[in-house]
Amino acid sequence: MTLAPETTDLKVQLQLDDGWFTVCDLNVLLPGRGVAALLPDGGQVALFRDRAGSLYAIDNRDPFSGAAVLSRGLLGAQQGRPFVASPLLKQRFDLTSGQCLDDESVRIATYEVRSA
Amino acid sequence: MSTTALLGDRPRPTIVLVGHGMVGQRFLEALAERGLTATHRVVVLCEEPRPAYDRVQLTSYFSGKTPEDLSMTDMQFIADHGIELYVGDPAETVDREARKVTARSGLTVDYDVLVLATGSYPFVPPVPNKDAQGCFVYRTIEDLLAIEEYAKSRTTGAVVGGGLLGLEAAGALKGLGLTSHIVEFAPRLMPVQVDEGGGAALLRTIEDMGLSVHTGVGTQEIVVDESGAVTGMKLSDGSELATDLVVFSAGVRPRDQLARDCGLTVGERGGISVDEQCRTVNDPHVFAIGECALASDGRVYGLVAPGYEQAETVAATIATDEASFTGADLSTKLKLLGVDVASFGDAHGATEDCLDVVYSDSRAGLYKKLVIGRDGTLLGGILVGDAEAYGTLRAFTGSVPPVSPEALVLPAGAGAPTQLGPSALPDEAIICSCHNVSKGAIRGAVTDHQCTTVPEVKKCTKAGTGCGSCVKVLGQLVTAELEANGVEVDKGLCGCFSQTREELYEIVLALRINTYQDLLDRYGREDAQGGDGCDICKPAVGSIIASLAPTIGASGYVLDGEQAALQETNDHFLANLQKNGSYSVVPRIPGGEITPEGLIVIGEIARDFGLYTKITGGQRIDMFGARVEQLPLIWTRLVDAGFESGHAYGKSLRTVKSCVGQTWCRYGVQDSVRMAIDLELRYRGLRSPHKLKSAVSGCARECAEAQSKDFGVIATSNGWNLYVGGNGGATPRHADLLAQDLDDDELIRLIDRFLMFYIRTADRLERTSTWLERIPGGLDHVRDVVVEDSLGICEELESLMTDHVSHYADEWATTINDPEKLSRFVSFVNAPDTPDPVVGFVPERDQIKPDLPLLSIGMRPSENPADVLEGSAQR
Ligand code: SRM
Ligand SMILES: Cc1cc2nc3c(=O)[nH]c(=O)nc-3n(C[C@H](O)[C@H](O)[C@H](O)COP(=O)(O)OP(=O)(O)OC[C@H]3O[C@@H](n4cnc5c(N)ncnc54)[C@H](O)[C@@H]3O)c2cc1C
Ligand code: SF4
Ligand code: FES
Repeated sequence: MTLAPETTDLKVQLQLDDGWFTVCDLNVLLPGRGVAALLPDGGQVALFRDRAGSLYAIDNRDPFSGAAVLSRGLLGAQQGRPFVASPLLKQRFDLTSGQCLDDESVRIATYEVRSA
Repeated sequence: MSTTALLGDRPRPTIVLVGHGMVGQRFLEALAERGLTATHRVVVLCEEPRPAYDRVQLTSYFSGKTPEDLSMTDMQFIADHGIELYVGDPAETVDREARKVTARSGLTVDYDVLVLATGSYPFVPPVPNKDAQGCFVYRTIEDLLAIEEYAKSRTTGAVVGGGLLGLEAAGALKGLGLTSHIVEFAPRLMPVQVDEGGGAALLRTIEDMGLSVHTGVGTQEIVVDESGAVTGMKLSDGSELATDLVVFSAGVRPRDQLARDCGLTVGERGGISVDEQCRTVNDPHVFAIGECALASDGRVYGLVAPGYEQAETVAATIATDEASFTGADLSTKLKLLGVDVASFGDAHGATEDCLDVVYSDSRAGLYKKLVIGRDGTLLGGILVGDAEAYGTLRAFTGSVPPVSPEALVLPAGAGAPTQLGPSALPDEAIICSCHNVSKGAIRGAVTDHQCTTVPEVKKCTKAGTGCGSCVKVLGQLVTAELEANGVEVDKGLCGCFSQTREELYEIVLALRINTYQDLLDRYGREDAQGGDGCDICKPAVGSIIASLAPTIGASGYVLDGEQAALQETNDHFLANLQKNGSYSVVPRIPGGEITPEGLIVIGEIARDFGLYTKITGGQRIDMFGARVEQLPLIWTRLVDAGFESGHAYGKSLRTVKSCVGQTWCRYGVQDSVRMAIDLELRYRGLRSPHKLKSAVSGCARECAEAQSKDFGVIATSNGWNLYVGGNGGATPRHADLLAQDLDDDELIRLIDRFLMFYIRTADRLERTSTWLERIPGGLDHVRDVVVEDSLGICEELESLMTDHVSHYADEWATTINDPEKLSRFVSFVNAPDTPDPVVGFVPERDQIKPDLPLLSIGMRPSENPADVLEGSAQR
């Protein structure tokens, strides 16, 4: 088991219960696309970076299919609020609140994320 | 009874609600909306260990929703309104004389108004061993958690009861990976909602899903082993069914015990008797609402919408507003196990002298029945398998529809030209029955309140915010009303671009714009410029740029630079995403011709990586079940053996199928295999508005099915006939003959022009068939342009294609030689060697298939990958 080499200064970090958890180099994130990260408790997080450089982190699990694929969805925005569309059946999730925009009753977890 | 008496003599009168279910919660909201939470003390006794949640959506727990997702209670709301909510503390006695409720914890509360909303309990038939270990009911979140836990190490489950809830429970058991049985005493499924014909259509579809249905038999006894755990059940026909667990879903009964104990009148078959204000018939201080109430029309309602109406009625009555509940519509539309089922109005034809109009196709699982009165009035109906028309039909119930009833049930294409649109509805027709919104109110929202979108109309009228079954009709009404008001309906590609795809193509080509951002910032809608774009325009513009890449000076490699961010997931990983997050791999096999060595290589790779293999409908081989990190390894071996991408993931050329043709076949008149290979190699990798398929047949017998393709070629003794605009799929279309007896060069020149003209002018995701039907002038126009060159653009079309052909490179070969691109093919950016733990497989017919139960659990506990990450957190 190896961890991705950490080469540049800026890292992407997630706020977990017990502090900031370093995920990867900022420059690994392609604007407009996501990556998935594994958490110490076995959970999965989808991380995204938009064109303006803002970072977002949500649960990677698509609640409609159960598959851990949200990091592979396409980003978009509705009324200025960024969302990701699930690559499986295309339901959209607000990246800041985790709210599903196509089913009011579904909301997924979001995480605080920073580059440091 | 005057209201002053209701208010009592305490300074702040007290309302006690017993039961915090769906209806109880709605009652609290109705109190708050009327300001009654400010003037009253409100105390809630809630029996379950959690506050109100969405019981209707209970089953969605098994498709991934958590108990928190299902919650309907906003604790902020409870706090803001000073509501005292006691969770896990049921009411045990009511002293009506002293107007006092005592809860299990010993808490006593004096009330001025008592509202009982205790719901119902599942009825369990009195069969021997009904309480054995492994017997469950299906009503609460706790029930589901218990079933899920018990099912873990079991293989078979049976549901007693084939009604609406029984089918849901059976679907849930199936989702948990159990072999599932449904045992229904009545001779058909869903006996309450559907009639015999509907039951037959439903049965067929449900059995096709792999559930075993036993109708017309009762459960006589639950069989248990020495430890007292369920092993099976004895049925009334003498047979025995082996099963590890049993879920009883044989109906519900009102929970009226508390009311009985304090001397309130209940109905013969249960239910607390109330009047039109939902006040108990014995005691003006006590009300009952929801499933525990026997309404003044003599019915106990088992649906949530009537309960909501009762909740509103009681809140209004307390506020001394006029309100009454005299009965409700029992129309329902459900999606059970993926099958549409709807019934509305007098579904069983109980009205005297009524007539039926029935359309039934049990092979397709379709059943539609309308009940019509003597004078032509639509009284009710049942729809199974296709409930598209439900919204419109429900709204017409009680009136004479403007077209004949036959036309309303026949499927499109079966002599039913009349698609009855909502514009034919009268203004008083109820469009949304959850919130009782009429067509007139929706038109008013558009015309008087200036709503211009469906979400605005939803907000303004509440229509469409309940069960959602009316949203489609709502959308049609809003568009019709906007158009009637002369509002121009926006034809732009999406919220980011006001141009159509065709207009964007012209801009990109004419101005040689070769990045998405440049196009967005210069030509996007004002508020979209400088932004991120959306999931609609990114792939559409990505496709335009890729089609024109060599000509406009963009990279022809779809993962290069910014282009990577524009691609759909499949294109981004150059593979097809499957339902569990794994991928399929399809190498190109031009014309379907492959050497034994090629077959062996594919076989070896599939064996070495444990992939499921299947011959596709496109004459090639698909390998399923590759994990994302395996894709580069698999492709390195495929590329080494001379294979290249088959673009099964792209909106681009898929396959050119062939028949064996002149070389072997006694009828063949041309070498169809060679032509198919030539065409496939020429157009491979060409990005287009939708996928492109082709075929070449060696004679008019047409074994390659060329007339069902976007461009199909059939050999003649003089050369080739070219057909265009064919389609298989959901709406098949036979291709049209574009030109006859062409030689090889003429054929290819015409196809070059045809494809480039299509790419230039089609909408996003528009196949050639729909494009040909849509564009003004249709086939004649296309023939004028590409054969006669009426627009003078043929030279340009041909040179665009020449550019494409000469710059083609296999994108998988490019990718495996690019370390930076390869680093994206991992499940986790911070643990590149760890595979996604929810991608798992189980055996089937000597190969693998996705482990679906694993998706609902998340991961196998023994495989917790987090162990490998320990210590990597930085504080
Ligand atoms: C694998 C295959 C089924 C099989 O096991 O045989 C298949 C599988 C899929 N088809 Fe198909 N189709 C396959 C042959 C066909 C055929 C037969 C043919 O090509 O001769 C047709 C009818 C012909 C036609 O397209 O006109 C066909 C009509 C469709 C349609 C309906 C298209 C339409 O215009 O109505 C879709 C849906 C769509 O594209 O929107 C679709 C979509 C799909 C998708 C991409 C659905 C999806 O998004 O997941 C499937 C994914 C493939 C994968 O994961 O690898 N597939 N599909 C076949 C692959 C052929 C190949 O080698 O590339
Ligand atoms: C799986 C499933 C699917 C369904 N699907 C649909 C559907 O598609 N459409 C539809 O319209 N309806 C559907 N229903 C029915 C719908 O859920 C009910 O009509 C609705 O929940 C009734 O609301 P209620 O508040 O009257 O009862 P409930 O929601 O049952 O709430 C009653 C509450 O009172 C509590 N309680 C009982 N006694 C006491 C006491 N003494 N003290 C304190 N608390 C007490 C109970 O624990 C319970 O929490 C479905 C039901 C189930 C189980
Ligand atoms: S289409 Fe004609 S040439 Fe081709 S296999 Fe069929 S019969 Fe033979
Ligand atoms: S009919 Fe249920 S939301 Fe409109």
